[in-house]
Amino acid sequence: MIKVKNLVKKYQSGDSELSVLKDVSFDVKSGELLAITGRSGSGKSTLLYQLGLLDHPTSGDIHIGDIDTDQLSPDERTNFRLKELGYVFQDYALIPELTAIENVALPLIMQGQKTSEANTKAARVLDKVGLKERLHYLPSKLSGGEQQRVSIARAIGHNPKIIFADEPTANLDSETAKTVLNIFLELHKEGQTIIMVTHEPEYATLADRVLTLSDGKIL
Amino acid sequence: MERIKNHSQKLVTILRVAFFLATRQIKRANIWTNVLIVFIMTLTFLNLVVVSGILVGLIEGAVEAVQNRYLGDIFISDLKNKAYIEQSSNIIETAKNLPGVSAVAARYIEPGKVESNYKKNKKRANDLDESVGTSIVGIDPKAEDRVTGLSHLVVQGKYLDENDYDQVLVGAMLLKEYLDFESPNFPVLENVKIGSKIQVTLGDSVREVTIKGITRSKVDEIDRRVFFVDKQFRGLINRYDYNVDEIVVKLNKGVNPVAIKNALINAGFNQYAKVQTREDAEPKFIKDLKDTFSILGNIISSIGLAVAAITIFIVIFINAITRRKFIGIQKGIGISSKAVEFAYVLQSLFYAILGTALGALIVFGFLKPYITAHPINFPFSDGILVATLPGTLIRIAVLMIATLIAGYIPARIVVRQNTLDAILGR
Repeated sequence: MIKVKNLVKKYQSGDSELSVLKDVSFDVKSGELLAITGRSGSGKSTLLYQLGLLDHPTSGDIHIGDIDTDQLSPDERTNFRLKELGYVFQDYALIPELTAIENVALPLIMQGQKTSEANTKAARVLDKVGLKERLHYLPSKLSGGEQQRVSIARAIGHNPKIIFADEPTANLDSETAKTVLNIFLELHKEGQTIIMVTHEPEYATLADRVLTLSDGKIL
Repeated sequence: MERIKNHSQKLVTILRVAFFLATRQIKRANIWTNVLIVFIMTLTFLNLVVVSGILVGLIEGAVEAVQNRYLGDIFISDLKNKAYIEQSSNIIETAKNLPGVSAVAARYIEPGKVESNYKKNKKRANDLDESVGTSIVGIDPKAEDRVTGLSHLVVQGKYLDENDYDQVLVGAMLLKEYLDFESPNFPVLENVKIGSKIQVTLGDSVREVTIKGITRSKVDEIDRRVFFVDKQFRGLINRYDYNVDEIVVKLNKGVNPVAIKNALINAGFNQYAKVQTREDAEPKFIKDLKDTFSILGNIISSIGLAVAAITIFIVIFINAITRRKFIGIQKGIGISSKAVEFAYVLQSLFYAILGTALGALIVFGFLKPYITAHPINFPFSDGILVATLPGTLIRIAVLMIATLIAGYIPARIVVRQNTLDAILGR
């Protein structure tokens, strides 16, 4: 599903250049739950941003399916993210003035669905993550765990090929974190490809495969 | 064909998403922020329309006063080389019988001199008299009132009656009490009130008359005149042929003055008199003033428009910059940049439309009717608010275009930033 070859990411830091990813190559199979772990600053989030087309690598190739992502224009990348990818951010990243259902419906409307159709689908997905009673709540009225579940609902609402999750349990207590992880495991059982960054070794063991990064390299 | 269909579908989707985002951003923004932005837009609109409208209205008030109180709709005056209008009676009769004419008034005018306190002034034989040179006018009080509403301009005392004899109306600018300034070049009568006797000299004839009323119109041509009843005045100036010096014609509403003017000219009366519409007869300095104030009004409007555009720009820019992270997230989850940009444009349009609607309501529902009923008392005119519908619509259109641009640019600046940098707040 994903082929990564000789991926390099460098940042300019003042006069010096900082290499965050150093010649990283690996594959991800369809339906796989891949955990990316490593110490803080090892480059795991940076790798996720490159895979999720939120950033451009300095060099190297990323193929998702048959698509060479390097060849996509900015608009095509946005459209690709809309149709094929889903994101769960560490800090939930919900739009504050949209209710839970509206946050989930937004990408569906962007895909061309009617608002009523998008709302029905969003309600169904929110029900799936256990937020049936919180459809019309603004993010500010939801707990951290509830916000993260809305974020997951938004990521899966449009049936993406791949879900990227950047430390989805980092801001949650252990009980809530388990609830969120269970949702990922359920999705994985249904055949969803998931790439999850985590620094918790305990959670990484739940994945099919663990990719450990150290100083920008795969160990 | 398929491509066009796809493009239009895409555009509709972008607009739907933009509308979805804009409505919710407005609906769930702080109510006081919304009120403040709409208030700013209302003030901006008022600045655009009212400031220039009053500036133009200042002159327009003076112009209207000259037209309504002095010139009428058609102004007929004597030719340069003639002492009066020949065939006056014929012209007056013809004018009265023209369709669309509501009233006609004639004026006899002679240069003369008025003097107050004349008994006290000349204590010694070689003392100079304290007199004021002015135009003495003979009018038919009823006819003049029908055309120019002169009776309504009497600020003290009473209006003339057709049987009054040795009774006059005196223009306020001939009286010290009513003049705001003193100048040796602008002589005035002192210690004069209603019932005072003044001496009027017309050529060889001298009359002692009583002041029956004082007129104040803010039109020099009226306020520097002394009015007699025409019956007596004809005798004073020995004008028994009924030839007058000015004829003013009032038309019914909606009647084209040019058509009436042409009818009088076609009747051959231009051999005996100068026939003009009120616009033709307007003094040139007033026309120049109107043009100048109109330019000034446009300059002020342009500054107002620039202020409006900058205000919208700042509001949208601050809004967009503080929401940079969320704009990044929207792009991150696949919302098109254009949809995000349009959302901001729609927001700025919403504020502009609401502010403008409120401003228009204030202008046309309150300010304009109020100022028309209670003109602003400027020293030289009764200022009105000039705000025509076409002029206001043009200003609204220009404001909307400025708003579109001012809303789009800051949104574009923020949306164009790197998606990941925006999400991470870098």
